[in-house]
Formats: sequence, structure tokens, C-alpha cells
Amino acid sequence: MTASVSLEKVTCTFAARSGDGHYTAVKDVDLAIADGEFVSVVGPTGCGKSTLLNVAAGLLRPSSGHVRIHGEPLAGINRRAGYMFQAEALMPWRSALENVTAGLEFRGEGREAARTKGEDWLARVGLAGFGDRYPHQLSGGMRKRVSLAQMLILDPQILLMDEPFSALDVQTRQLMENELLELWSADRKSVIFITHDLEEAISLSDRVVVLSAGPATRPIGEYVIDLPRPRDVSEIRLSPRFIELHDRIWHAMKDEVLKGYQQTRNRTTS
Amino acid sequence: MRKRLWFWQVVLLVALFGFWHVATHPDLIPPFVWDNPNRAAFFFGEPVKIAKVIADWFASGEIYPHLWVTLQETALAFVIGSALGLVIGLWLGLTPFASALLDPYIKAMNAMPRVVLAPIFMVWFGLGIWSKVALGVTLVFFIVFFNVYQGVKEVSPVVLNNATMLGATRRQLLRFVYLPSATSWVFSSLHTSVGMAFVGAVVGEYLGSAKGVGYLIHMAEGSFDINTVFAGILVLTIFALVLDFAVSVAERRLLVWRPTQGETEPQL
Ligand SMILES: Nc1ncnc2c1ncn2[C@@H]1O[C@H](COP(=O)(O)OP(=O)(O)O)[C@@H](O)[C@H]1O
Ligand SMILES: [Mg+2]
Repeated sequence: MTASVSLEKVTCTFAARSGDGHYTAVKDVDLAIADGEFVSVVGPTGCGKSTLLNVAAGLLRPSSGHVRIHGEPLAGINRRAGYMFQAEALMPWRSALENVTAGLEFRGEGREAARTKGEDWLARVGLAGFGDRYPHQLSGGMRKRVSLAQMLILDPQILLMDEPFSALDVQTRQLMENELLELWSADRKSVIFITHDLEEAISLSDRVVVLSAGPATRPIGEYVIDLPRPRDVSEIRLSPRFIELHDRIWHAMKDEVLKGYQQTRNRTTS
Repeated sequence: MRKRLWFWQVVLLVALFGFWHVATHPDLIPPFVWDNPNRAAFFFGEPVKIAKVIADWFASGEIYPHLWVTLQETALAFVIGSALGLVIGLWLGLTPFASALLDPYIKAMNAMPRVVLAPIFMVWFGLGIWSKVALGVTLVFFIVFFNVYQGVKEVSPVVLNNATMLGATRRQLLRFVYLPSATSWVFSSLHTSVGMAFVGAVVGEYLGSAKGVGYLIHMAEGSFDINTVFAGILVLTIFALVLDFAVSVAERRLLVWRPTQGETEPQL
């Protein structure tokens, strides 16, 4: 079976912000996501998670390596993917409804049809009646819901999500995680979910990929999460299997993170 | 609180005019600067006479054609200057080479006092409204241009990437992201640019024309008719206030999406 998304030996080197050196954020990363699989990628802040996601989205060309989408090499923007950004990405001059229907408008879909669909999606993310609010009139959680609807209305086969809920408070976050799982289970899209929160990663995913600390980040472990679905993210955290998985992954991560930390320290002192 | 403020503002206005009247009306109080009791009125006019000039202007309808001309010049200068500033600001904001190339020229043109161009515009466009419009355009253009240029540079890269991922083409990015973002910057400078269009119109009229409120002032000045000069100034001030109010109303309607302070956010 061909993977939905596969990164092959992807390396990204940036020009250093100061001086004329180079910084290799990620090096020789291999990552494959099967069709309909929910994969979380965890790693310490600044290790290169967003960089990898941008590569998968076609927003960033890797310095070397390849990206294949359903077996075909990716050229330009990944048209089969929806992207939910970590930072605020809504157009502030458009109302919630206009933001949700933006993608349909870009495709040239009729105004009325787009509107009906947009209202429907707003209702599905729990924002019925909020269509004419502007982003600044919505709470952080509501803006994330709008972003989610904005992405899902285009029915992408692949979802790329970059720490989408990291800015939310714990309660709102768990609510949104459950809603995401519910929406996802309806038609099982392939998901790459970036997070630095291991609990979030385990409770949502089929598989968790752990990245080493930068520079030259690469995957250092893969863990299949065999927890039953459907899941409730707050309940599942109490199950023995969850705790077991969490312990295992956390130990591996901690060792690697410390190792990475040691490496960078040695490099700077020698 | 607001009402009290209003009350005191009106009191201050009345007091100001009262003082003006008492200080300039001949023989009302003993002269304290000049020996000649008519001197003060000669230099500063008399509010009562000024009010009469204004009342006559409006009663006879004589002022309307002049106001209309000034308004036309202001509106045209604003629209043309804004459109040029928007287009060129967008263009230079999106093409780094052109902006680097033209940067010193734009700085130089902006640094030049634009009023000195008035005589040239008279030669090019004649004494009609277009020479005033041209002067206003040179003033409005740079304000709008710099705002749009800044606006384009400060479009959030996340919003751009998001629109790209939603399928926007380069043209659609221009139309649906850069343009609205730039227009919001134009609106944020609306008060200044409308004010500048107005200044261009009045100064142009003052320097040479056959119509407009600036022309009225210029004519009255030529015959040492200080009351008419002040009447013209007052009419212009009121005109500017009305214009500014209209801009505020337009702004409130156009920038509803802007966060304003003190607005409460609904809870999830
Ligand atoms: N455009 C860029 N230019 C230079 N350095 C960059 C650029 N983008 C990312 N980096 C660097 O690459 C590293 C990884 O960044 P990022 O992928 O955003 O990390 P994460 O999402 O894991 O927090 C960081 O050290 C960052 O400074
Ligand atoms: Mg990131």
C-alpha cells in the first residue's frame, strides 16, 4: 500500500539568522503516514516540527530529500492537504462565515452554495449563529473552531495540524480534542498532528513519532497506540494502558532530550 | 459627565467670542495696546461683523458655489491620491527590486515641500479646479502610499500561508489578502489624508483661482477686509469639522472588523 504522505530523507538547512553559517533544523527524516492514519509528532520546542509540516504542505522545499503524496512526488503546494496553523491564521477583515467559505470562494464556487455549506460547517463545529462575528469578537477557542471548519469544508484528504490547540486552556482543549476525534472518525482522513504535549499525542493518535532535540532533528522512536476507539480524551488518560504507554514513551523521550541537550552543550564548550 | 463636558466646551466658546468682541469693538473698553480705538478691529476683525458676513453669504447663497468647488477639489484630490497611493504602494510593496530602485526618489519627493509645485500646476492645468486637485494629490499620495507600503510589508505570513493552503492563487492573494489589508491601512490614515486633500485645495485656491473659499479669503485680503478674511476662515473651519465628522462615520462603518478597546469578548 502506498502511504498517504511520505517524507524520504528530508533535510532542511536554513541560513543562520546571524552571521553566514548554516543551521540544519531537520536531517534525513523518513516519515510515512498510511491512508486514514492519525499520527502525532512530538518533540521539544524549536526542534523542527513546524518545518517538517511545512515541507509536507509544500510551503517549504526541503534542501534535500523527497515528499510523496499518494506515491506521487510533490511539486508546489500540496493541494490534497488542509493545514491548521499554530498561530492566528484567520483573515481579520472577514467574518467567521466568510473565513469558513474562503476556500470555496477561491475555487470559484457559487456564493449561495458556499454560504449554505459554510453555515452547515459552523454548526458542526458548534458555532451556529456566530457567522457574522469577526475574529476579534470570538474567543481563542472559537477562532480555532473557525479554523477547523475553514480547513474541513474543503474536504482535504490529508490534515496537517501544527499544535492547533496549544494556546487553549485545558478544558477548552479537551473539548476540542474530542470534537476533532469525532469529526475525524466520520471519514478517517490521514492526519499529521504536531504537538509538544505527549498526553495529547497519545490520546488522539494511532501512532506517535518522537523527534530528537535540534539541530539535525530526526525521529528517534515510533510507538503504536493500541487504545480502543472511540475515545474520550479525558477518560482515556486514566486507563492503565495509557499510563503504560505514556511511561514508556516519556522515558525514551527524556533520555534523548537529555542526550541532545548534552550534545549541544559539548559543542558549544569545545 | 459627557453632558457636563459639552456644557463647559460651549461656555468656553462663548467666552472666547465674548472676549474677542469686547477687545475689538471700538470704545467698548479703553484701548490698552493701541491709541487708536479702531486698531484692534483693523487687525482682528469684529465677531459681530464677521457673523453678519457669514449670514449674508448663506442668505444670498453666494457662498454655495465656492463651497461646492472646494468640496469637489478635496474629494477629487482624495480619491485620485488614494487610488494612486494604493496601486503604487501595492506594486512596490510586492516587488522588492522596484522598491529598492525607487526608494531614494520617493524619499526625495516626499521631503520636497509640495506647495512649491503649485505654480507649476497652474501652468500645466490652468486656474480651474485641476491645478488644485493636482496639489492635493501630491499631498494625499504620499500618506496613502507609505501606509499601503507598510501594510503590505506587515501582512501576516501565517494569514498568507493559510490562504495559500486554502487554494488561493497569486492573483487571489492580491485581491483577498493584500488588498483588504492595505485598504485597512488606507482607512486608518483617512483623517490625515482627507485633511491633506483639503489643505491642497484651499492653498491652491489661495495662490490663484477664480472660485472656492480660498479664493474668497484671498480677495478679501487684497482689499484689507479683515472681517471677510475671518469669515472665510471660520467657514473653512466648520467645513473641515463637518468633513472630519463624515470621515469618522465612514470609518466606523468600514472598519467594523477592527478590535476596539473596551469591547467585551463572548465566553465560549
Ligand atoms: N526560515 C527560517 N530561517 C532560519 N531558521 C529557521 C527558519 N525556520 C525555522 N528555523 C529554525 O529551525 C528550527 C526549527 O523551527 P520550527 O520547525 O519552527 O520548530 P518547532 O515547530 O518544532 O518549534 C528553529 O531552531 C528555528 O529557529
Ligand atoms: Mg512550531
